[in-house]
Amino acid sequence: MSLETSLHNTPLVEEHIALGAKMVGFGGWNMPLQYESILAEWDYNRKAVSIFDCSHMGEFVIKGDAQETGLDKIVTQPILDMPVNTCRYGAMLNEQGGVIDDLIVYRKGQQDWMIVVNAANIEKNAHHFRTQLNPNAHFEDASFRTAKLDLQGPQSRDVLKVLAPGIEKLAYYTFGHFQIAGIPCLISRTGYTGELGYEIYCAWEKSKEIWQIILQDATVKPTGLGVRDVLRVEMCYSLYGHELDEATSPLEAGLDKFIDGKKEFIGRQAAFARPAQRTIGYLTSISRKSPRAGNIIFDAQGRRVGVVTSGTFSPALQLGIGIGFMAHPVADMGTDIFFGDDKAKTAAKIAKRPFYKGGSLKS
Amino acid sequence: MEIEESFLYTKEHEWVSIEDNIATMGITDYAQGALGDVTYVELPEEETEVDQFEQFVSVESVKAASDIYAPISGKIVEVNRKLEENPSLVNKDCYGKGWIAKIEVRDMDESTNLMSADEYRSFLETLEH
Repeated sequence: MSLETSLHNTPLVEEHIALGAKMVGFGGWNMPLQYESILAEWDYNRKAVSIFDCSHMGEFVIKGDAQETGLDKIVTQPILDMPVNTCRYGAMLNEQGGVIDDLIVYRKGQQDWMIVVNAANIEKNAHHFRTQLNPNAHFEDASFRTAKLDLQGPQSRDVLKVLAPGIEKLAYYTFGHFQIAGIPCLISRTGYTGELGYEIYCAWEKSKEIWQIILQDATVKPTGLGVRDVLRVEMCYSLYGHELDEATSPLEAGLDKFIDGKKEFIGRQAAFARPAQRTIGYLTSISRKSPRAGNIIFDAQGRRVGVVTSGTFSPALQLGIGIGFMAHPVADMGTDIFFGDDKAKTAAKIAKRPFYKGGSLKS
Repeated sequence: MEIEESFLYTKEHEWVSIEDNIATMGITDYAQGALGDVTYVELPEEETEVDQFEQFVSVESVKAASDIYAPISGKIVEVNRKLEENPSLVNKDCYGKGWIAKIEVRDMDESTNLMSADEYRSFLETLEH
């Protein structure tokens, strides 16, 4: 019991329990792992529309000029040229060039920013911003007053446009301010599933009402963190603590395109100076037997060439899939490899990202 | 939670049903529920010998792999090949079509190391508290 009481609850914990969710600790939060079953929830998301409670994630508010406050130097992605009401994915690094967290920057105004970060890293990240931002910057950790609901799936637009007219005009990675039943929401066309989808930010205490209103539409099913992880691995999206951590450079982790090579940012020199000894790669098992985090990757000659960081069964491919770090030549598409341990190895091939190609993400 | 009255059980949530000297085994309703959707069953090789409580099968769900132990010693005489194409039988019918292996029992006295349905029911209650 001590474990459960030490976890944070989102404002929707009672809703999850009433829906019969299996709850699990994740990043310091008491979260729904699944409501029905991971495979059923996969179908709801990929074929219709589903809703995730992501209120555990962190939201920071920063006010001020991106350069004068120092914000531009903290994040790896270019932000000075961002139009208002757009968002951009990137990361922030430590002095050694390792990843403190991956994050999304929302530009709410010329001098008004929201940064969305991983739940497990909220305190660490807040400390980093407070110490690295210039004193003239206004910084606020709004994580515990901001709820986030992710509505994802090919039918998400059809469902949401009834409740929040105008959202159908949102382009990928843009956002706007809307109301659902009179409750102010910031809604962005973003997500972590590979499907068309929206992230809805609202006041902590209003999220229950929005959750219930959305679930009144019978086409929407609640989905948990279990399937969320399957969906993101199928899309080859990184998860902090698996593909990203403070010892891993964003270049090794394949985040090159989220790094602005033309600007100065914390950790830049170290990240670029590090010899890249390994690279991220993607593997498909020849069978339903799935790679698991921590499995060793062997080359065709049986030499240890890497390690699996995330692995799951893929309902889309009906095969095991995984992400891992491996020596450079091994990561070439089509290479025959094995995963497992010294006792048992399973054959696999290096695949091209993403594993799941049929997503409605940009439809 | 479904429990077959005539079967015997292990603390690792395997069931066994012994007829003549052939023991049919699988995993219990509690185990399949805890695992979630079964996506792969790594079947043992036929004609190999296993010892009681030795790990001899692994069952994978979407997110994890779990070890399954032999409920009784003996020679594996048959495995459920239907699970190769349709591992979800373990979820749908764990005491029937989701059986995993048949073992020719070496020593019938080993069945005293197993729990009756009533004992397993009490054991499950201790897990919930």
